[in-house]
Amino acid sequence: MLTLVIPIAFALLGAAVALSVWRLLRGPSAPDRILALDTLYVNTIALLVLLGIHLGSALYFEAALLIAMMGFVGTVALCKYLLRGDIIE
Amino acid sequence: MLEYLLSFLILAGALFTFIGSLGLARLRDFYTRLHGPTKATTLGVGCMLIASSVYFSNRGAGMSLHEVLVTLFLFITAPISAHLLAKAALHLKLESLAPPPDDDPANS
Amino acid sequence: MKMLPHPLLTPILAAIWLLLNNSLAPGHIVLGLLLGWAIPLFTVHYWPEAVHIHKPLTLLRFMAVVLLDIVLANLVVARLILGRPQSLHPAFLKVPLELRSDLAIGLLANTICLTPGTVSARLSLDRRFLLVHALNAPDGGAVIATIKQRYEAPLKEVFEPC
Repeated sequence: MLTLVIPIAFALLGAAVALSVWRLLRGPSAPDRILALDTLYVNTIALLVLLGIHLGSALYFEAALLIAMMGFVGTVALCKYLLRGDIIE
Repeated sequence: MLEYLLSFLILAGALFTFIGSLGLARLRDFYTRLHGPTKATTLGVGCMLIASSVYFSNRGAGMSLHEVLVTLFLFITAPISAHLLAKAALHLKLESLAPPPDDDPANS
Repeated sequence: MKMLPHPLLTPILAAIWLLLNNSLAPGHIVLGLLLGWAIPLFTVHYWPEAVHIHKPLTLLRFMAVVLLDIVLANLVVARLILGRPQSLHPAFLKVPLELRSDLAIGLLANTICLTPGTVSARLSLDRRFLLVHALNAPDGGAVIATIKQRYEAPLKEVFEPC
């Protein structure tokens, strides 16, 4: 059962990443691109966790945690830049 | 039994993540696009992380609960980034399908 | 200087430390409690107001309601995304706020973002209105009433009993 489900899940997540990249490249506005980047982070977390299950290794958890943190900080910094025209005041 | 639960969680997680990204690509203005990734994707990743927790807890090496940390972190941060993105979009006066709110200076 | 400036923060930090290390070894429990004691002590100046929870049971019930709503909201949003984009009625709604404290308003904004098809967009400077964007709201008044009654009322009970 799992051997059947995991490839399907990989395919769905890959499609999700592709859709986010399409929005990232197409825009049209800056907030759209930031949102696409944020979605890309979250998709990557899901992919890493699934890879961890697939390979039976808990090593990928730390990477997922780091991406979650860095992605959030990156999104906030970019939004602040759009709002104020400056990141560090 | 456990395998069916795991399969369901993984499939539901992947499906919700995909639907969130589909919303990002498919909907027509920025404010509606904001809804897909913030909600569907968060629950999708949540499902996936619960699956991971269940999977590693049943491999004999004791409970594995640190996935809860990522889930919690995502559930706290996703609304904040959504709120900031909406604020930035309002600040830039992006075009929207809904009539935009009246723009008095006291609201910024 | 108090020894325990934020009594709630200590067990939470200790629990996060244990989750991060994924173990319940006695050494980690001691280290976690030590961190939970030291970190609030050194960061006390960054916490503007003390948190008082008046009705823990109401808070627990509120959290259960929100968790259930997150799952339901996701099904609703998924159906809306898969449906025809032309049939959506997005709208900006102004929700009048009765909450006054920063923490309660922040929690309400976060809850709104996680639940049925709404994202909080802007808080007015005088903190009387929260601007909310709804994905599909043919009837804006009903959405506002739901937010006020389902989420704002319990938060007011927990954090600002008058």
